[in-house]
Amino acid sequence: MNVVLAKTDTGRAVSTSFALARERLPGSGKVAEQRQQAFEAFERAGLPHRRIEDWKYTDLRVLMREVLPLAAAPDTAALSRAEAALKLHAIEGTRRLVLVDGVFAPKLSDLGKSENGLSIRTLREVLEAGDGALQGELLASDNADPMIALNTAMATDGVVIEIASGTVLEQPLHVVHVASVGAPAAMFTRSLLRLGRDVSATLVESFVATEGTKAYQTYDSLIVSLGDNARLDHLRLVEDGLEAFNISSAAVTLGAHAQLNTFGMVSGASVSRYQPTIVFAGEGARVDTNGVNLIKGRQHADTTMFMDHAVPNCASREVFRAVIDNRAHSVFQGRIVVRPDAQKTDAKMMTRALLLSDEAEADNKPELEIFADDVTCGHGATTGALDESLLFYLRARGLPEKEAQALLIQAFVGEAIESITNDQLREHVIAAAQRWLEARG
Amino acid sequence: MALLEVKDLQVRVEDREILHSLSLTVNPGEVHAIMGPNGSGKSTLSHVIAGKPGYEVTGGQILFRGEDLLEMEPDERAAKGVFLAFQYPVEIPGVATMNFLRTALNAQRKARGESEYSTPDFLKKVREVAKSLNIPQDMLKRGVNVGFSGGEKKRNEILQMALFEPSLCILDEMDSGLDIDALRIAADGVNALRSPERAMVVITHYQRLLNYIVPDYVHVMAKGRVVKSGGKELALRLEESGYAQFEDAA
Repeated sequence: MNVVLAKTDTGRAVSTSFALARERLPGSGKVAEQRQQAFEAFERAGLPHRRIEDWKYTDLRVLMREVLPLAAAPDTAALSRAEAALKLHAIEGTRRLVLVDGVFAPKLSDLGKSENGLSIRTLREVLEAGDGALQGELLASDNADPMIALNTAMATDGVVIEIASGTVLEQPLHVVHVASVGAPAAMFTRSLLRLGRDVSATLVESFVATEGTKAYQTYDSLIVSLGDNARLDHLRLVEDGLEAFNISSAAVTLGAHAQLNTFGMVSGASVSRYQPTIVFAGEGARVDTNGVNLIKGRQHADTTMFMDHAVPNCASREVFRAVIDNRAHSVFQGRIVVRPDAQKTDAKMMTRALLLSDEAEADNKPELEIFADDVTCGHGATTGALDESLLFYLRARGLPEKEAQALLIQAFVGEAIESITNDQLREHVIAAAQRWLEARG
Repeated sequence: MALLEVKDLQVRVEDREILHSLSLTVNPGEVHAIMGPNGSGKSTLSHVIAGKPGYEVTGGQILFRGEDLLEMEPDERAAKGVFLAFQYPVEIPGVATMNFLRTALNAQRKARGESEYSTPDFLKKVREVAKSLNIPQDMLKRGVNVGFSGGEKKRNEILQMALFEPSLCILDEMDSGLDIDALRIAADGVNALRSPERAMVVITHYQRLLNYIVPDYVHVMAKGRVVKSGGKELALRLEESGYAQFEDAA
């Protein structure tokens, strides 16, 4: 009964929001049509709820209730708050691209002398003036998923990054999503990263909020393609405010012999959901994904990953770790599909959850659908508390209880963090994990 | 003042009483051996002194330099100078030995209101001690005890003992799992730490260890109490006649 009511209210609110926002959304003609179709798809489905299998553990009708109205474009005050927040989250040596309240902020971004082969535009530019094929690619998303459809309908801005074949990009790209809204609002961004053949690049994404920014919703969608033999190191850090919602997705396609090394850490947001879909489109490609959730209070963090082995001779590794305190709830759903032609696939998935309180909850749902007969596939999951015998050993050596716990938690997530090859980025993540441990007290 | 005074200690684990009215006094500079058959309560005594959870003290007290040890958390006891060398040191993957040693040492110093060790002083000290114990440098970079042999684990315990400079060392079955060469290295390490200010309680099942670490006093435990105390010659007598006589007496 409640669910039906919630849907009706939500539907009305979002319809109004979309009608009001339409004026401000970039693109016309075909683009506007795609948005309209996507919006209708969202309206038909409404917010996903627990009776939809993929959303079983993350019932947005209960957790979120409504989609907030579109955030206004940031004013001077919002931008200067964002500038202050950037000081805390900046990573030295990276090219920073900043989106404030869902709108690209050129003054806060490094747009100076671009390396050869690197092209950076905003989503708004491309949708208003770009070529039709690229526009089509940007908005041709899966309307079957209501949240991706909503993002397609409402995407206000983002970055469109293209790296020409053969380019080795030395400087990591750092896309920072800053929430700086004064009143509760939603921001919708969509970005694209296209790596040509033999490209090597590093992308860091951060989601942060300015001081004093409380309730907001951020919806992001990232489209990534790796050309043959390309390599992407990808780091994703969700450090949103603790009253925020972060509902995001990524669609990644890998060419032959391409390599993706990705690390994600969620320590912020009240409710977060990240749905990456990774498609192997060329043989001999490899994906290594590492994820860490550091959550407490009543935080809810869901990673739902789909690894699509569509061609032979590819390898994927998924290692996911969660540290869950108080009444927080961590969800990992990992689906691996090995299609009939995808012989010699080597796919493994491992999840480990560390529960720091009796009320902490971890849900792991591995799904393997294997249609080829010559493959190596496996998954494993463990859930447990900190080992009492290790804690006593550390305490007998003089470490107070919290410090002993912190050392063991660090060790638990450390192995995942070690997968980050860039020293500076690894240090940045270690510092972020350290902040979480210290805040735990 | 005695360093350690155990008075009429009674300890339960779940519904079973493990120690019945156990008393023991240890003064600075003394080495006490506690011997006894399996199940006599030797290890329980060491765990209760160190503060391991899971034991219920139903009577008696433990004083350390006159202070009530049972009121203290395990880390407070360590900072006060109580050190337990574990019978089975645990492996801690992901925590580098060096980082662990520095964190522990500085935590103890902080608890005592002392300044933290500087990095060069710390490294110098660790290297010196490691060398004397025949511990290779690369072992210190590995996770705590991860992939260490039995002998290496015990040497790592003695390394910590040398580094933390406790006033009371409790060695719980230090000889278990060690061959004669490994035992000799470990015992040499312990002997080097004997001093007039420091006391040791050596818990062992076999007399063999006491050939290397020669005690001042020997106590025989059976069924949760000390049934016989004497000088080092008591250990030799035990070697000949076994524990059975004492078990009957208890």
